Amino acid sequence: MRNPLSRRIAEIEPSGIRKFFDVVNEMEEAISLGVGEPDFDTPWHIRDEGIYSLEKGRTFYTSNAGLKELKVEIAKYLDRKFHIAYDYEHEILITVGGSEAIDIAMRAMLDPGDEVIIPQPSFVCYAPCAVLANGTPVIIELKAENEFRLTAEELKAAITPKSKLLVLPFPNNPTGSIMSREDLEEIARVVREYDLYVLSDEIYAELTYGKEPHVSIASLPGMRERTIVINGFSKAYAMTGWRLGYACGPRIIVEQMLKIHQFAIMCAPTTSQYAAVEALRNGDDDVVRMRDEYDGRRRYLLHRFRKMGLECFEPYGAFYMFPCIAEFGMTSEEFAEKLLETEKVAVVPGTAFGLGGEGFIRVSYAYSLEDLKKALERIERFVNCLRKKDGV
Amino acid sequence: MREKMLTFIEKNSRIDLKELAIVLGVDVATVMNELEAMEAEHVICGYHTLINWDKTGIEKVTAMIEVRVTPQRGMGFDKVAERIYNYPEVESVYLISGGFDFMVILEGKTLREVSQFVSEKLSPLDSVLSTKTNFILKKYKDHGTVMAEPGRDERMKITP
Repeated sequence: MRNPLSRRIAEIEPSGIRKFFDVVNEMEEAISLGVGEPDFDTPWHIRDEGIYSLEKGRTFYTSNAGLKELKVEIAKYLDRKFHIAYDYEHEILITVGGSEAIDIAMRAMLDPGDEVIIPQPSFVCYAPCAVLANGTPVIIELKAENEFRLTAEELKAAITPKSKLLVLPFPNNPTGSIMSREDLEEIARVVREYDLYVLSDEIYAELTYGKEPHVSIASLPGMRERTIVINGFSKAYAMTGWRLGYACGPRIIVEQMLKIHQFAIMCAPTTSQYAAVEALRNGDDDVVRMRDEYDGRRRYLLHRFRKMGLECFEPYGAFYMFPCIAEFGMTSEEFAEKLLETEKVAVVPGTAFGLGGEGFIRVSYAYSLEDLKKALERIERFVNCLRKKDGV
Repeated sequence: MREKMLTFIEKNSRIDLKELAIVLGVDVATVMNELEAMEAEHVICGYHTLINWDKTGIEKVTAMIEVRVTPQRGMGFDKVAERIYNYPEVESVYLISGGFDFMVILEGKTLREVSQFVSEKLSPLDSVLSTKTNFILKKYKDHGTVMAEPGRDERMKITP
């Protein structure tokens, strides 16, 4: 029989820690700090709008690019929050989560051999999506001493004549790192100089805790025409299961993305789109409420990690901490496995997020303060126990 | 600052002050001073426990009584309200817009006890014109808290 598989697909490595994930998901009694989604339910008025749309029988396809009302609201929202103006008719595309947007943006922009510069640690999908789109991933290993921000020097060092697209995953999962306006200005300078494009994954844009709100690289001079902004409803409005995201960018790119989307997906779920209109119209207070709550937990967690002597920079974005566990002489995966085994607490090894993750664990604070407290007691006991054994 | 603090302790008054300070990102002294000040100003009027009595097996009856009154000259409704809220069995008294004047929430051990209060104490008051007693059959949500047991975390234990 002939090999049924595409060589390119078969060669993509499945996520290395799939096994660890499966073990944890089977363990009923484990306390987990391992999720990448909010612990809040979608605010009721948003759910209610979804239900209402079903009651009204709005169960048909929408136009390929998405409901007009939703695109209009997104345009208003991006302008109001991040000062980027998009034409709702040609520059906004509603997708099935941010993930689809990332996938089709790469497919629309890459030719075989084009290099995609991907800073890691970062969300797991960029490199595989680049490969699926015939691109070649080039990884930049972000450094703890830079608090996992991307620097202009690092970017320059990764650039070759084949470089085409830079993935900018900030606020960052798994490190919680953010890029300030100044940081972005330096990156933008290099991007313009080397004629690159940017895929800016801003799915955590609403969840930043510093003095300055999130800055989109697309809002910097000369960057709008070089940037595809990815965003969505999952993190800001606690809507992960609704599977709704969007991409915004220059018409010339979005039009090609729309082509792929139209043939592969048709349109994003209609119910979710109606709910999302409500989220954008009346959801600002919900976002603030949830962000305040995350912020308190963030401070609490940072305090606890520092108290137990784990090195950890203060993250200002998303809902993750990325403490360093290198002192124990174990790999991240060993540490996570041991912690699960002895204290039944699940965290994600930093290596799950690519290069630069070794020696770190990702701890999510999308949990109630009580749950965090319980888990942190256990982690503290575990850490103390390891230190005693080592005689440190 | 105050608003953040109040929002937090409104839902969790038992939090340790040190933890509250960490969560709010200020030092403990600030938290203590603010709390004391707000207690003194009667912004914070008490620290209560939200109890679902239905689960204890202890009998309790709650009634919401709509009361129509004639306000008293020179005092408006306040004087009448005072006469009502001074009864210890009265849980809350609100002045209400609409078809009646006061909403009086009353807690008693039995239906009888509640109706006795209404007929013997509340109705005979000079300024009370009429009352309408509504007994609470089931409490679904109180003080922003759903009384049913919280659902379990249905998220996958670990996701990227």
